[in-house]
Order: sequence, then C-alpha cells, then structure tokens
Amino acid sequence: MRTILAKDISDKVAAMCMEANRKLPEDVLDKFAACHAEEEGAAKEVFRQLLENAKLSEETGLPLCQDCGLAIFFVEMGNDVHVEGGTPRQAIDEGMIRGYKDGYLRKSACDPFTRKNTGDNAPAIVHVDIVPGDGFKIIMMAKGGGSENMSRVTMLSPAQGWKGIKEFVVRRVAEAGPNPCPPTIIGIGIGGTFEVAPMLAKKALIRAIGEPHPDPAIDKLEKELVETLNKLNIGPMGLGGKYTTLDVKINVAPCHLASLPLAVNVQCHSARHKEVEL
Amino acid sequence: MATHNLTTPLTDEVVMTLKSGDMVFLTGTIYTARDAAHKRLIEALDAGSPLPFEIKGALIYYVGPSPAPPGRPIGSCGPTTSYRMDTFAPRLHALGLKASIGKGKRSDEVKAAMQKYKAVYLGATGGAGALLSQCVTEAKVIAYEELGPEAIRELTVEKFPLLVINDAYGGELYTTPRLDLAGYE
Repeated sequence: MRTILAKDISDKVAAMCMEANRKLPEDVLDKFAACHAEEEGAAKEVFRQLLENAKLSEETGLPLCQDCGLAIFFVEMGNDVHVEGGTPRQAIDEGMIRGYKDGYLRKSACDPFTRKNTGDNAPAIVHVDIVPGDGFKIIMMAKGGGSENMSRVTMLSPAQGWKGIKEFVVRRVAEAGPNPCPPTIIGIGIGGTFEVAPMLAKKALIRAIGEPHPDPAIDKLEKELVETLNKLNIGPMGLGGKYTTLDVKINVAPCHLASLPLAVNVQCHSARHKEVEL
Repeated sequence: MATHNLTTPLTDEVVMTLKSGDMVFLTGTIYTARDAAHKRLIEALDAGSPLPFEIKGALIYYVGPSPAPPGRPIGSCGPTTSYRMDTFAPRLHALGLKASIGKGKRSDEVKAAMQKYKAVYLGATGGAGALLSQCVTEAKVIAYEELGPEAIRELTVEKFPLLVINDAYGGELYTTPRLDLAGYE
C-alpha cells in the first residue's frame, strides 16, 4: 500500500490551478498559430489577439480569461493508494481554494437561488475513479460558464442513429453561434445513461486537438463533424471564417436497448486543462 | 469599414456615425455590470432610487474581472456573454445608456431598443482578458461591493479595442450560421 499525504495533493492542486489558468496546452497554442496563418480579416485578428493574450498571461501571471471557471477534477486513484491526513476530495478542495486565492483567480461559484458568491470558488467538482495500481493522477479543467451554458443533453431514439446525433450537434452549434467564444471544441458523449453521457462528453474534451480517437470508425465521425461544423461560417467570435470549431471529440459507451443518450459539451477556445501525477 | 477613436461619454451624434463592422478605440470612463448588478440596477429603478452612476451617455461593460494582483489596477477583464442582460438592457437604453460592451448575440428587443434610443452594441474579444486589461488604467468599485466580481466598477480605459456588432440602424456584424451549407434547412 502506497501512502500519499493529503497535503502533497493540496500543494499539487494549488499549483496546477494557477498553471492551467495561465498557460494554454501546447496543442491549443499550435492550433491557434495554424488558424492564424489560414484566416483573413477579422477572424485573423481574433487569433492574433488570442496568441498575444496567451503570451501576456504566461509572462504576467494574469489569468488567460477573467472567467477562471469552476474547477473540475478527474482523479484516477490507484487501488493500492491510501491518502493520509484527509480524503482526496478534501485535499483537492483545500488546494483549489488556495490556488484560486494565491493566484488572483476569479471565484465564480455561487448559490443557485440567492446567487451569493461562495467566496472561495468551492466546492471543487471532483470525479474519482479507482483504478488498478498505486498511481494517483489528477486532471484539472478550468471550465467557464459561457461555453458550459451552450451545452445540452438529450435522449434520442435509437432509430435516429448517427444521422440524428449529427443533426442535433450541428443545430446546437448553430444556435449557440457567437455566444460560447468560438472557435470551440465540441465534446460529445454518446451512450451510457442520462448522467453518463455528459461525463463522457466532458472527458472527451481532455483529449488533445488533432489526437485521433483510437477507434478508426469514431475518428471518421469526428472528422466528418469538424468538416460540417466549419461550413457554418460562425467563425472566431462569430465574425465569420474558416474555423467555427477547432476539433470534435467523441466518447462512446454502451447504452440501454431503448435509449440513445447524447450530450454535447461546448468548450470555448480557451481550453484550459492540466494533468499531474503524484 | 471605418476606425473611430472615441471618448466617453457618448452623444447621439457620435453613436449615429458608427456602423456595424467599424472598429472603435475607446478612451474614457466605462462602468462594469453583469448579472447580479443588473438585477440591482433594475430594483433601484423600481424603487425610484438613483442609479450609482450617470446613465445618460454611459457605456456599460458586461464583465466580472479577476482580482487585481499587486501593482495592477485590475486583473483579467474580457467580456462575458451578453444575452443574459437582454431583459434589462432596453430599460437602460430608454434612460440614455449609449452602448453596452460584451460578446455574443442580442435579442430582437435589445436591437429594437438600440434603434429607438440611438445606441450601439460593441464587441470585445472573449477569452483575451489579460490583453484587454492592459487598456485599463484605473478601476474602483462604486457600488454593490458585496457582489465581489459582480460589483459595479468605474474603469478608466485607454484605446480599448472594440468592434461595432449592432449599430443604431439595425445593422449587425455577426454572421448567420450557414445551416444550408452544412446540409440542413
């Protein structure tokens, strides 16, 4: 049995909250640069500003976006790990609160009715998976409200199949238009149950831009959707252009004979996430 | 498409020179307000209380900035999505609000109010909050401090870069999604 101190988890989490909010993943930055080269006019100017913003954020420590998001954590905890000094959830909450405070990150969590800010961005949203071994992996996403608001879950009929899935996604992205800070990344969860589909969709957003789905059949569907969505000409910030979406990521799971659950999780261009292993 | 160097407050005459697609570099004073602050502003109007700033000629920026680190007037401060303020905006335009600054679509009611009361909707680049903060030279909370990031702040801005999204003539810069090209009606 491997022992990990809750304090060590908190320290890592505090640091990763700050880093995720100040430095975009390389795949996102590379995609911005490629898009900047391809676009023209107002769309090109958007990518120029985003590249400059990323550089400035890294240099000054100012967050990439003032919406530093709710802090979402996917934890893969080895079955042979014991956390000492607190539960994994407590350790993550403690680290997140510290990271958002010390990093001058915006606290965006509030009561749904009174709308009173909780003041410390708590609670962190923590999903723990128990996996074989003695590893401890944490993936953190800083997820803004604007793009999350444009996300949807629906229960399709099995007969609707891929045609129905594709139409729902395309119409959702068209309806969202300029609102979620395009070009977006579209995370899609297909299958599972009512609560599993959105988890699949959210987790899909972690896979790097350009990294193909391991199943060639799904990879083909992702590419088909990218091509179709980019025909919409919503473009960067809704100003028109080649890029309405930077990538589409699909995760699938078996579902009930009667169901075809579908979740579309929209990610803004500021796709902030970070992974650490303890 | 023209480029305008504007200073606040805005007059009807200046607003009427702006066309969707024009670039604006804004210098002067603007006021921040988003969801919770708008609710308070409308409650103040309902109660017959004065607003915390002069609304005639004013510009409201839909933003909830991140905390100011030491040595800076403000943290990151890019726009939030504007549609959530659509239910409040027409009433403020009727009182003389000349522009709102945000990102994303506006309702038909807001667009009609902008035509009726001579106002514009200006877009700033979302997700570029660190960059936009470089144009803010001063920031102070003037109302509803308890709302934290949602408090109303008076910002002094210098050459703040904006695009005219909706003008006072009914013009709009945002594209209509081409569902037809994507194979749908």
